[in-house]
Amino acid sequence: MIALGQFLEVLIGGLMSGVLYSLVALGFVLIFKASGVFNFAQGAMVLLAGLALVRSLDFLVAEGFPLWAAIIIGIGFAVVIMAITAWLIERLVIGPLVNQDGLTLFMSTIGATFILEGAAQMIFGSDAYPLRLFPTDAWFLFESLFPGGILVNKLDVWGGFIAGILVAGLAIFFQRTKTGRALRAVADDHLAAQSVGIPINWIWFVVWLVAGLVALVAATVWGTKLGVQYSITFLALKALPVLIIGGLTSVPGAIVGGLIVGAGEKIAEVFLGAYIGGGIEYWFAFVLALAVLLVRPQGLFGERIIERI
Amino acid sequence: MLYREAGQFKTTYAEDMAIFPIRQDRIALGILLGIAFIGVPLLATFHVWPFAGDYLLWAILLPFLILALAAIGVNILVGYCGQISLGSGAFMAVGAYSAYKSGTGVHIPLAWLGFAISIPPLPVLASILLGGLTAAVVGILFGVPSLRIKGLYLAVATLAAQFFFDWVFLRVPWFTNYAPSGSVNAPALNFFGLVIGTPIERYLLCLTFVTVFAVLAKNLVRGNLGRQWMAIRDMDIAAELIGIRPLYAKLTAFAVSSFIVGVAGALWAFVYLGSWEPLAFSIDRSLQLLFMVIIGGLGSIMGSFVGAAFILILPIMLNLIPTELGVPLSTETITHLEFIIFGSLICYLLIKEPHGFARLISIGKEKLRLWPFPY
Repeated sequence: MIALGQFLEVLIGGLMSGVLYSLVALGFVLIFKASGVFNFAQGAMVLLAGLALVRSLDFLVAEGFPLWAAIIIGIGFAVVIMAITAWLIERLVIGPLVNQDGLTLFMSTIGATFILEGAAQMIFGSDAYPLRLFPTDAWFLFESLFPGGILVNKLDVWGGFIAGILVAGLAIFFQRTKTGRALRAVADDHLAAQSVGIPINWIWFVVWLVAGLVALVAATVWGTKLGVQYSITFLALKALPVLIIGGLTSVPGAIVGGLIVGAGEKIAEVFLGAYIGGGIEYWFAFVLALAVLLVRPQGLFGERIIERI
Repeated sequence: MLYREAGQFKTTYAEDMAIFPIRQDRIALGILLGIAFIGVPLLATFHVWPFAGDYLLWAILLPFLILALAAIGVNILVGYCGQISLGSGAFMAVGAYSAYKSGTGVHIPLAWLGFAISIPPLPVLASILLGGLTAAVVGILFGVPSLRIKGLYLAVATLAAQFFFDWVFLRVPWFTNYAPSGSVNAPALNFFGLVIGTPIERYLLCLTFVTVFAVLAKNLVRGNLGRQWMAIRDMDIAAELIGIRPLYAKLTAFAVSSFIVGVAGALWAFVYLGSWEPLAFSIDRSLQLLFMVIIGGLGSIMGSFVGAAFILILPIMLNLIPTELGVPLSTETITHLEFIIFGSLICYLLIKEPHGFARLISIGKEKLRLWPFPY
C-alpha cells in the first residue's frame, strides 16, 4: 500500500525539480517566440554561464574578497560573458541566416552548441565544480500528520522561489517596457515590426541576452544541485518535452509543462519503475510529450497552428 | 571542354529518363565504381600506399560506407519527405539488435501459457535484412505522430524514440541475451558458406550493400513514390488537395527510411563494431546523421555520400593536424579545439551554402559545361 505521505513527498519533490526544468525551457521559449529559432544551444549556454560564475567565484574567494562582494562581481562577470555570447551568436550565426528555413537555423544552433561547449570548457576548465549559493539541506514538514514527515529540499524551494521571481520579472519586462513590447511585435511579424521602425538586430540581441540571463539563473540552481559540469548540457534535452507539452510559444506553458514533467516522471519512477525496471525517468517525459502531441499538436498552451496554401 | 552533352541525342523516352542521361556522368560513375570495387581491394591486397596498413580501410572507408548508407536512409525521410527525425540512432539500434536477436536465435518464454516460442538462428544475410524490416515497423509506429505534427515538433517527438530505445536496449536483458556487461558480440559473418573476416572482405560486403541500396533509393525517389514524398515536403496541404494521401506517403517514407537505416545499423554492429553496447547508437549518432544529410544536401543521394565523408573525416583531420604540426597541446585542449572548429565549420557552411554540398556540385557542373568559355 502506498502511503499518502510518501506520495506527497514524491509529488512535491517532482514539482520542485519540474520548476528547474521550466527554468531551462523558458530560455527556449523566449528565443523561439522572438525569432522562430529553435535554440539547441540553451544547454550549452547554461554550462557556459555556470562555469563563468563558479570559476570567477572560486578565483575571487581565493584572492581574499568577502563572499558577498565575490558573488556580486562573479554574477556581473557571468552577465558580461552571456552578453558577449549573445552578441556573437546574433552577429555571426543567426544574423547571416535570416530568412532560412527552421531546420537550417536549428542545425546552426547545434553548431553553436559545439562552439560554446568547446570554448567554455577550454577557457574555464572541464572538471565538475561545486557551487554553493543556496542551502542544500532538507526540511521535514507535517511530522505530526505523517510518520517521518515529508522531506522537502530547501534548494528546491529556493528554485521555485527564484523561478517565480524570474517569471514575474519577465512578464513585467514583456508587458511594461518599450523593449519588451518591441520584442512581442517582432515575435508576431518580423517584417511588420521592421517597417514600423523596430531595429530587429538589436531586438534579437536582447532576446539572446535575456535567454543567456535565464540560463545563468538556471545554472545557479542546477549548479548548486549537481555541481557545474559538462553533463549539465543534457538538461537541454530534458527541457524539450517540457516545451512540447507546454507549447513552443507559451511562457506559462513552459512553467506548467515543467511541473507536469517533473511530477510525472518522479511519480512514474517511484511507483511504476519497480514493475518495468528502473530508469524510466530517462524517457518518460518524451513519451508523455508524444502522447500530448497526438491529442493537441500545438501543446497545452501553444497558439493554434493555422495553415494556408 | 570535356563535359559537354552536345551531340548526345536522346531518341527514346527511356533514354531521356535514364538515371544518368549524360554520357560523361556514366563514364565517371563507372570509373568510380571500378576503383571502389577493384582498385581499392587490389591496392589493399598488395599493401600499396595509402593502404599500407589497414587503417584507411578500417577506420575511414568502412565507417564511411555504412554511415553513408544510413545517411541515404535519413535523407529519404528528411530530405525527400521533409519529416525531421532525431531518432535515426534509435532506428539503427533497432536494426542492430533485432539482427543480433535473429542471428543468435529468438527464444520467447511464455510462462503463463506454458510454452515458449523458439526460432533457430537465421543466416546472417537474412538477419540483417530482418533487422531492417523490424526497424521499418518501428519507424512506421513512430511515424504516426507525423500525421498530426510537423517540423520541429516532430523532431522532438522522434527524440522519444531515441530515448526510449536507448533505455530498452540498456535495461531489458532479453535483447542482449542476458549478457552481464550489456555488451553483445555479433555472430560470425557467414554468407552462404563464405566467411567474411578480413578488412577487405568487410569493405567489399559493405560496398555491395551500399551500391545496391543507393541504386534502389535513387530509383525510388525518381518514381511515383518519390514524387509523392517531395510533394508532401514542398507543401503537404496542396499535395493532399491534388490527391496524394499523406498517410500513405508519410508512412512509406518512414518505413523505407527506417529500413535502410536499420540495415545500416545492423552492418555497423555486425561488420564494423563486432561487439557493441547501446551507447554506440546514442543521440550523438542521430545528430551526426542529420548533420551529414544537411551538410551533404537535402534531397540528394549523392549529397549523402559527400556529407558522410565530410562529417566523418573532418574530426579525424582535426585530430591529426596538431600532432602533425607538433604543437604541444594537451589532449583535453585538442578535444575542445576540435569541438570549436567543428562547430564553426558547420555554422560557416550553413551560412555560405545552406543547401549543402549537393548544390555546390551542381553549380560546379554548370560551370564545367561552359568551361573554358564562360558565355
